[in-house]
Amino acid sequence: MLLEIENLAVEVSGKRVLKDINLAIEEGETHVLLGPNGAGKSTLFLTILGFPNYKVVNGTIKFKGQDITGLTTAERVKLGIGVSFQTPPSIRGVSVGDLLKIISHQDVNEELNPRMKELAQQLKFSDEFLNRDVNLGFSGGEVKRSEILQLLAQMPDFTMFDEPDSGVDIENVELLASEIGTLLDKDKPQRSRKRSGLLITHLGYILNFVSADKAHVLIDGVISCSGNPSEILEDIRKNGFNGCVECAQCL
Amino acid sequence: MDVLSVRNVYDDAERAKDKKAALGADITIENFTDETVNALDMIDDLDDLNKQTKKDLLKVGVDTTEENRSGSFLQVDQSNIFTNNTMSDSIEVMNIGVALDKYSWVEDYLWNVVKPDADKYTAKTALREKEEGVKSGYFVRSLPGTKEVMPVQACMFISDADILQTAHNVIIAEENSELHLITGCATGDDVASAMHVGVSEMYLKPGSKITFTMVHNWAEQVEVRPRTGVKLMDDSTYINNYILTSPVSTIQSFPTAYCDGKNSRAIFQSIQGGKKDSIIDVGSRVLLNAEGARGEVISRAVAQDESQIYARGHLAGTVPDVKGHLECHGLVLSDDSFIYAVPELEASSANLEMSHEAAVGKISEDEINYLTSRGIEEEEAESMIVRGFLNMDITGLPDELAQQTQNMIDMSLDGM
Repeated sequence: MLLEIENLAVEVSGKRVLKDINLAIEEGETHVLLGPNGAGKSTLFLTILGFPNYKVVNGTIKFKGQDITGLTTAERVKLGIGVSFQTPPSIRGVSVGDLLKIISHQDVNEELNPRMKELAQQLKFSDEFLNRDVNLGFSGGEVKRSEILQLLAQMPDFTMFDEPDSGVDIENVELLASEIGTLLDKDKPQRSRKRSGLLITHLGYILNFVSADKAHVLIDGVISCSGNPSEILEDIRKNGFNGCVECAQCL
Repeated sequence: MDVLSVRNVYDDAERAKDKKAALGADITIENFTDETVNALDMIDDLDDLNKQTKKDLLKVGVDTTEENRSGSFLQVDQSNIFTNNTMSDSIEVMNIGVALDKYSWVEDYLWNVVKPDADKYTAKTALREKEEGVKSGYFVRSLPGTKEVMPVQACMFISDADILQTAHNVIIAEENSELHLITGCATGDDVASAMHVGVSEMYLKPGSKITFTMVHNWAEQVEVRPRTGVKLMDDSTYINNYILTSPVSTIQSFPTAYCDGKNSRAIFQSIQGGKKDSIIDVGSRVLLNAEGARGEVISRAVAQDESQIYARGHLAGTVPDVKGHLECHGLVLSDDSFIYAVPELEASSANLEMSHEAAVGKISEDEINYLTSRGIEEEEAESMIVRGFLNMDITGLPDELAQQTQNMIDMSLDGM
């Protein structure tokens, strides 16, 4: 098992947001996390990442068999966890290029290595763009592409994507989806895939381009149902998340 | 010194010798020693300096190899030990005393944009000149119609404990000329306590431009009181860059630009890093006194440890059709440090445009988290954010100098 979450309960500023989460993701699998606004999807992401304000009050998170519940974010990332944020902050004086160098373990004073430049071009970024302060004045699409570019520099074993297609025009969704595919070993036959991922998506549009193995519906801090992504999406499209609420009550 | 006597410079100074400065801690000047003028021998080459001094000078942008420079001036304590005036046909660099001997008109530029009775520090400088003659400080001038892109480097260095260093500098950009200066101030490694008072008067003739980039690197117990006035005539541009990231006891300065010429423009950009128990009170003032004048004051301040930073900016528009903008951003990194931002706008005429933005706060947690989520340890993330915050884009420098200035900033920020 690559990622294993057991009986996880999390508080944010004294409020319990996640109540009893159980989730397991195998090597090579892509899972989807669905749920209404405020259900706790992003909280789950940021707890897996280990952000300081997300206090685990019960349960454990295991990654590659190791209990990582007490590790810092940087330590978790070094073990192979990566994330693309929905609305990352901008940082003055820290350029995209600098970040790419740090992420790909390059000396900051050296010129960016050709492989990274090539990846940047693939994501339609000019050399000039790489000198810009990260996320400062970026368009919605630029933010998403820059997030994916940083992940491509990192190539994590497990990647979380928070709404990777929101605010992106149709033309670029396919481009992003193809790079997300690279991050999830989609170019390889299913059996030999190593990299895994967890996608938050609101509308499921990205799933037209990125295949997923399993979907989970998070409602009110609890995973209310898990199963085949297309069947669950179909249900939600028909009945909304209310259907899931009712379903959860049956459980 | 007839002219100065006629202008009552010394009488004014005499009356102000106990006058406390409007801002900053009151320093007892008498605790410091007046060093004899020119007590130290001249050197033939900057290369003759010892290794440590060279290193200290390089930290404040003074390159002893003189590469990419158009002139050099070095004052140690009260002695001008080195001047190189031969590097450019466009620029004159000399000791102020030498300049007064060479040109009788230089006197007219003394005590004009800085008043001798401003406070006891200016008074002290003037009274010392009365006694010993005007001998400390530099004179730099760009000749009419010339554009030298390489900078002149000037340095004030304090080599021994308890010294009171005074200097009186005059900088003149003649009509349609361009002049770039890098000035560094530093103390020797073993200097515990000292005081520096630097009076600088700058004059920009019509169509001229001066960029003045100053890096300070004082010892922890040094009291610093620079006094700077800048007079701008028609269509002239003055750009002042100030960098301080090392500890100091107290520094208080409030350089003032008088935009007296039409379409003149003054820009002050400063980077201040407060460390240990430094008290830094640095402001910039632009008086917009002529039609079309523009003023900009931009500062970034980071307070750490027990430091206190007063970040002041003052724009005053006295006539119509002037524009000014003031920007002051501060980061407070420890509970024991503080930043007091004082942006002042003063408009005494209709039809002018002035604005300011000020923001003081702590490092954003979101930014730290973002960087740690890329595998960067928290401490390194904080330091990246601080360095990025202080690393402002310095505008208005020629390409060669911009790169050098960036290197100077990088070097100053390395320890942050």
